[in-house]
Amino acid sequence: MARRVVGIATIVVLLFLYLPILVIALYAFNADRGQSWPITEWTTRWFGDALANEGVRDAFVLSLEAAVGATALALLLGSLAAFAVHRFRFFGRETISFVLLLPLALPGIVTGMALNATFNTIGLKFSLFTIIVGHATFCVVVVYNNVVARLRRSSHSIEEASMDLGADTWQTFRYVTFPVVRTALLAGALLAFALSFDEVIVTTFTAGTDQTLPIWILTNLRLPNQRPIVNVVAVLVILLSAIPVWLSQRLASEGGTPTRH
Amino acid sequence: MPIAPADHEDVRARDPAGSAPVAAVRLEGLVKRYGDVTAVERIDLEIREGEFFSMLGPSGSGKTTTLRMIAGFEAPTEGRVLLHGQDVTGRAPFERDVNTVFQDYALFPHMTVGENVGYGLLVRKVPKDDRQRRVADALRMVRLEGYERRKPGQLSGGQRQRVALARALVNRPRVLLLDEPLGALDLKLREEMQIELHQIQHQVGITFVYVTHDQDEALTMSDRIAVFNQGRIEQVGAPAEVYERPATRFVAGFVGTSNLLTGSAAEAVVGRAGMFTVRPEKIRLEDPGSTAADDEYAADGTIASVVYLGSDTRYHVALAAGGELVVTQQNLTTSSTEALEQQGRAVRLVWKRQHTREVAEA
Repeated sequence: MARRVVGIATIVVLLFLYLPILVIALYAFNADRGQSWPITEWTTRWFGDALANEGVRDAFVLSLEAAVGATALALLLGSLAAFAVHRFRFFGRETISFVLLLPLALPGIVTGMALNATFNTIGLKFSLFTIIVGHATFCVVVVYNNVVARLRRSSHSIEEASMDLGADTWQTFRYVTFPVVRTALLAGALLAFALSFDEVIVTTFTAGTDQTLPIWILTNLRLPNQRPIVNVVAVLVILLSAIPVWLSQRLASEGGTPTRH
Repeated sequence: MPIAPADHEDVRARDPAGSAPVAAVRLEGLVKRYGDVTAVERIDLEIREGEFFSMLGPSGSGKTTTLRMIAGFEAPTEGRVLLHGQDVTGRAPFERDVNTVFQDYALFPHMTVGENVGYGLLVRKVPKDDRQRRVADALRMVRLEGYERRKPGQLSGGQRQRVALARALVNRPRVLLLDEPLGALDLKLREEMQIELHQIQHQVGITFVYVTHDQDEALTMSDRIAVFNQGRIEQVGAPAEVYERPATRFVAGFVGTSNLLTGSAAEAVVGRAGMFTVRPEKIRLEDPGSTAADDEYAADGTIASVVYLGSDTRYHVALAAGGELVVTQQNLTTSSTEALEQQGRAVRLVWKRQHTREVAEA
């Protein structure tokens, strides 16, 4: 009895989470311009229209550039922070995780406002660069978390063992340290990419007049004419966010099996 | 860096006079402090070429820290480390001709067994053919031939231990450091590996420096033992020497059972004040009133408790003069019931005077 209740509750919650997304995906194939239910006629022509739309293409490219840039920055800063915390004892070490996590937890609108004010004050023009910096604020922590977790799981002494066997610092990094964290870096990068790709709030404060794909959706949502294309773009955004997250989870769990039992 | 692979004999260091061989490892006034905590306090030690040397002590006694200073993972606060007469105190681990077997094995999880074992040869740019042959040889030595392609995650604890050993030995270091290498194994496997390690050491003739907290392990395997306590060495000697003639109270208690006669008991039995120790298996249980020979000591007491251990029985005897002595006897003719019935019996303990050692407080 209890099992069945839990089972039903699980199904209800999953439906609640995923049914709206499924509906959007179905609408992308609806031949009718309005969002009417049930769907009477199916088509894939909106996909062609979306790809031909210059606004969509520009926004897609910008989103891709921003996500790649933010991911690269997050990889650099996140892994450096993780190695520092793993290897050294220093003042403030215990609070680093919290400090890095905060931008992800803070309301995007606050981060956005703050960055907007800062960029204005120092006279930085809004551009791809400001978007990347804005996104990196919350992407650093996902790389950091992944790498720190991997370093904690791997034996402390493998780097010592490498040096002991005659490898210098660079060889140790190349043959031991990097291969051990490689999949963790990739997992963190995919997650950072996904976070950046669908970000809206911080972007509205740091993008100026440029439009990323989610911002394009937001502005075109109100135009009935664009409705079918918006649905298609939404499906695209879902895929480009969901696939990296899925890959990242697989990488994080399979890689770096510790030598300990 | 220059690693002479095969011909150790030729490069073996000699002192200037050319007579006695230089110590494989020489520690001079070694001190290690972490802030206010002193882990190692002035250690002077010489480990001979080719010997199986154990550093025995409880956790926190400084034995592992000392080993890590020999390997180069820790820099001493004071003092020097010499390997075959060369001062290596300031050198990095990869600039020392020693290899380490780690307590947690420290195998590289992303490499196969073959890659793990061949790692030291790879980073030292040994040609591939030579490398493969030596990896195969090393794996054969630890009885793991055919395991080249496995990953460490697919091996049992004992097998990982062997891989770690092969990975270190394949480099033919002049000194092999082992940090409680059998600590994670179960008793049976540990005993097997003890014998095997001993055989391998004889076979390769490399100096082994072996850290352990297990006194039996140290006694069975070593040529010499250094007993560590609170960052100092309390005694260095052959196993029989350390066991039968402990220099200090700590050594007497840590290596074997602590059987101390102090205060009034010392005066009553030995005839003078001091601290004396006698090993439990040297003592005979006699009936009260039986006479002791001239070269024997005797002490009266009551059996307070009996512990039956299968092949032996351990009797805890409360002495009339104060204190307690432990007596172990082989169960040659006694059954467990007979042994257990001894509890509460008045006895006289008799042992040879020569088996009594006077020990220092520290």
